[in-house]
Amino acid sequence: METELIKDETIPRILEWQIATVIKVRLETQSVKTFILALPNWMPHQAGQHYDVRLTTPDGYQAQRSYSIASNPEQKGEIELTVERLEEGEVSTYLHDILIMGDQVELRGPIGGYFVWEACMGGPLLLVAGGSGIVPLMAMIRHWRAAGSNVPVRLLYSSRSQEDIIYRDELERLRKDGEGLEVFHTLTRTQPINWNGYGRRIDMQMLDQVARPLGSNLKAYICGPTALVEGVANGLVALGIHAEQIRTERFGPTGTT
Amino acid sequence: MSGTFLSRGFLGKRRQDAPPDRVPPGQYVTRDFPVLSAGPTPRTPLERWNFEINGLVRQPVCWSWAEFQLLPSQHYTVDIHCVTKWSKLDTQWEGVSLDTLLASVDADPNAHYVIAFCDGGYSTNMPLKEILDGKAFIGYRYNGAPLAPEHGGPARLVVPALYFWKSAKWVRGLTLIEKDNPGFWESLGYNNHGDPWKEERYYGDRTD
Repeated sequence: METELIKDETIPRILEWQIATVIKVRLETQSVKTFILALPNWMPHQAGQHYDVRLTTPDGYQAQRSYSIASNPEQKGEIELTVERLEEGEVSTYLHDILIMGDQVELRGPIGGYFVWEACMGGPLLLVAGGSGIVPLMAMIRHWRAAGSNVPVRLLYSSRSQEDIIYRDELERLRKDGEGLEVFHTLTRTQPINWNGYGRRIDMQMLDQVARPLGSNLKAYICGPTALVEGVANGLVALGIHAEQIRTERFGPTGTT
Repeated sequence: MSGTFLSRGFLGKRRQDAPPDRVPPGQYVTRDFPVLSAGPTPRTPLERWNFEINGLVRQPVCWSWAEFQLLPSQHYTVDIHCVTKWSKLDTQWEGVSLDTLLASVDADPNAHYVIAFCDGGYSTNMPLKEILDGKAFIGYRYNGAPLAPEHGGPARLVVPALYFWKSAKWVRGLTLIEKDNPGFWESLGYNNHGDPWKEERYYGDRTD
């Protein structure tokens, strides 16, 4: 397959660590929290980028992890990081169990220049998320809305159950706004009575139904566990979408393949 | 630099089974083999696969898959370190040393860097001397089985001394060049060199 990954020109900038202050913590689901952080050296990011968080013990031991930015760059001076609590996690358990409003946390960013979308890149946009893979895609949706972009956006979002849907109310509000966002949920474990969304893992039929109305020029962003990302990316190629129109990012617990 | 800021109430979960001298700063040990790639997994049939060394060489050399399999291979046990913070210890590979491959070409003395090029359009750069003397190989078997496509199969470059984005998946060849030229991630904010022990993650990171 002859394809070319498109390089976006970015101006290199040295990333300095900075001390952010937690100004709010929002519970999204029973295992997901959003931390709203004020940054002394805030700078605009591209939707899809991430920050590195670094924790330090009194004896100098450090742990670092990357977290996608959930907020859009129009929200100045602060960023939102939405973090899933992983039982075995070293940093996510600290953020969930210890960090509260007023605390400080060391971080640097924004990082990553490929899995990004800016309004000037146009569309139509196909966003496919599994679980907490929604986070960088939510930044794109929020940026799309704040920038007044008029490109059609379709989000296909796979969650385990209705209670596990992150940003559920906000997505519903944005969908009802009628600005061009369509949201398709699939619930893979349990579906409530009278559920009118999908109720299975993403498959070719579902992908075809959601993607086809956008035409063959769509830009796809896929984020989630490896199996979902591999399946959706391969599926889109099989539907005739060129590989260079498909950008992927793995997210959440690491795969076991 | 690091040092003064302490995270209130953070004790850390240091793994007892991970020897500190094998885990670079900021890394944690995983038993998984996470998959990270920027686009769909390319699938080139083996009958159309080849591996080429070109650029500053007297005569480019190209091996078909069948020819590549006839080259002397070695078994490697190496630790790998991904810039996304995971490290995996004692990974088991079989592949062909870059020394073996580069011995087949007559390289120009002005060749100081290489660009690895790949199916899917990915590329990555590194100094030539950092892939010589047993420091790098083209791996085509992992844990005794053919390397899976999502991990870079049929063959990937493996350079254990650098962050794993330098170990290009779906590699199809090397171009020898005189002056350094950043590859894909090196143009998108990641470090040009990528030494995990110096924590050269992003543009401008340097500890020496």
